[in-house]
Amino acid sequence: MNSILILTITKEIDFQTGFVKIFTDWGFTAGIAKAIWLPIPMILVIVLATLLALVTTWLERKISAAAQQRIGPEYIGPQGILVPVADVVKLVFKETVTPRQSDDLLFTLGPLLVIIPIFLSFLIVPLGQNLIISNIGIGIFLWIALSSIAPIGALMAGYASNNKYSLLGGLRSAAQSISYEVPLALSVLAIVMMSDSLSTVDIVAQQSSHGILSWNIWRQPIGVVIFWIAALAEAERLPFDLPEAEEELVAGYQTEYGGIRFMLFYGSSYLNLVLSSLIFSILYLGGWSFPIPVELLASWLGVSATALWLQPMVLSLGLFMTLVKAYLMIFIAILLRWTVPRVRIDQLLNLGWKFLLPISLINLLLTAAFKLFLPILF
Amino acid sequence: MNLAEGVQIVSFGILAVMMLAAALGVVLLSNIVHSAFLLAGVFLSISGLYILLNGDFVAAAQILIYVGAVNVLILFAIMLVNKQENFSEIPGSKFRKIATAVVCIGLFVLLGTMILVTPWALDSTSPAVIENTIIALGEHFFSDYLLPFELASVLLLMAMVGAIILARRDLIPEIADTTDTVSTRLTLPERPRELTSIGNVEEIN
Repeated sequence: MNSILILTITKEIDFQTGFVKIFTDWGFTAGIAKAIWLPIPMILVIVLATLLALVTTWLERKISAAAQQRIGPEYIGPQGILVPVADVVKLVFKETVTPRQSDDLLFTLGPLLVIIPIFLSFLIVPLGQNLIISNIGIGIFLWIALSSIAPIGALMAGYASNNKYSLLGGLRSAAQSISYEVPLALSVLAIVMMSDSLSTVDIVAQQSSHGILSWNIWRQPIGVVIFWIAALAEAERLPFDLPEAEEELVAGYQTEYGGIRFMLFYGSSYLNLVLSSLIFSILYLGGWSFPIPVELLASWLGVSATALWLQPMVLSLGLFMTLVKAYLMIFIAILLRWTVPRVRIDQLLNLGWKFLLPISLINLLLTAAFKLFLPILF
Repeated sequence: MNLAEGVQIVSFGILAVMMLAAALGVVLLSNIVHSAFLLAGVFLSISGLYILLNGDFVAAAQILIYVGAVNVLILFAIMLVNKQENFSEIPGSKFRKIATAVVCIGLFVLLGTMILVTPWALDSTSPAVIENTIIALGEHFFSDYLLPFELASVLLLMAMVGAIILARRDLIPEIADTTDTVSTRLTLPERPRELTSIGNVEEIN
């Protein structure tokens, strides 16, 4: 079980054994060196995820400004890049207010229950060939399971706030989450069926044979659309940001929140967007793979693809490609937010249950049929 | 004892205490919403125990089904009903309590003897050897556990059909005698509200 917490053992670059070796050379025992190593990848992932989300909030401001022909943040740092930092500092130092007669414990637990599963889900996201915290067998299923905890946090926050709008917003948010979880899981299941594995590493490896031509986006045209719609709804992004529809419900289950607790909600929505985009790029856009296979490029340049000096470059190229693909999807999501109007709650639920669910079932059936009759392509 | 064993023992202790405390809280707390939230804690601790037993898929399925679906629906039901009602004494409660106690103690004795009587032979093949738990589970489902698997699916299908029939009940509101309502004092001459919105509310669940 402890292997879950350790970077996967690899042939070329093995961070763990290298790290442990450095520490044992300094005179520590192997057990202590391992214990020092254990928290490092986890902290690294939390820091990285937070950074990616902060960059996303800055992008949201800049892109929305461009969409509305404004300049956007400009003075705090070059191009206003330090605005997210200023936001965090401001929210951290605000007074934490708890409304009267609210349920104090549940009021604090709500935002935590929303944000912790999202951080945990980053465990299974491979940023590069070997840059993954844990290549566990259940892989993508862990993400689906963990994302089903979020509605409880929303319900808890809504109930504990002692506010009608909060309660209604919490119920709406939970209804939205559970109705879009089903098509999301079914579209992921179609991918899993194609790659015969739940592990995110295997899913990417299955798409890496012919570069851009073998990416799942061509083989799952229906699944892509379903997944993206459901992922936007899960992340509560516009056009599906009903839980915080300001005009109707004040701010949904977040109405009574301020300071750090509000920051957790706000941060979790952006973390969720980053996570969904990363998983989209893994499932449909080939993860860390370059549009042209690296082996092919190396053979064109007359270099052996397994050369040792090439490995760090391949690794950083993989990291770069993952982030480029993820941020492309984030860009599309932000652009959608500033161009598309919000749907009503009944339209949202009708879309989820009466349209996306049957379509995703048909997609699953089609994938299974193609897998049986065209095993070369699927 | 190496690092991994220590971590396992400590996490088993934490999970077991958490589960027992949460389960007691579910039964003993007077606020039903708190009980429902604690139920999620019980399910989460059980899934932690599954992880300690190397059942990674079962643990994730436990979270997805029990926390994400069952518990959310329980919370939904409680919050939508939102009936503030004090617990009132039911006539004959003494007899009821005694009967409940007898049933509970009987179940406890039955389960206790079951645990004591069963010869717990430790399987020589450690579950850690199983490389891919999902494949192992699938093989069991379609070979020696085929009948329970199929029976469970039929049961779930029946439950689903029943739920759909209950939710889709097309109510035809009986046309109330409007003249009667108008004649009484202090009543506005309103038409009886149509009950068509019921179908939409049920769809949320």
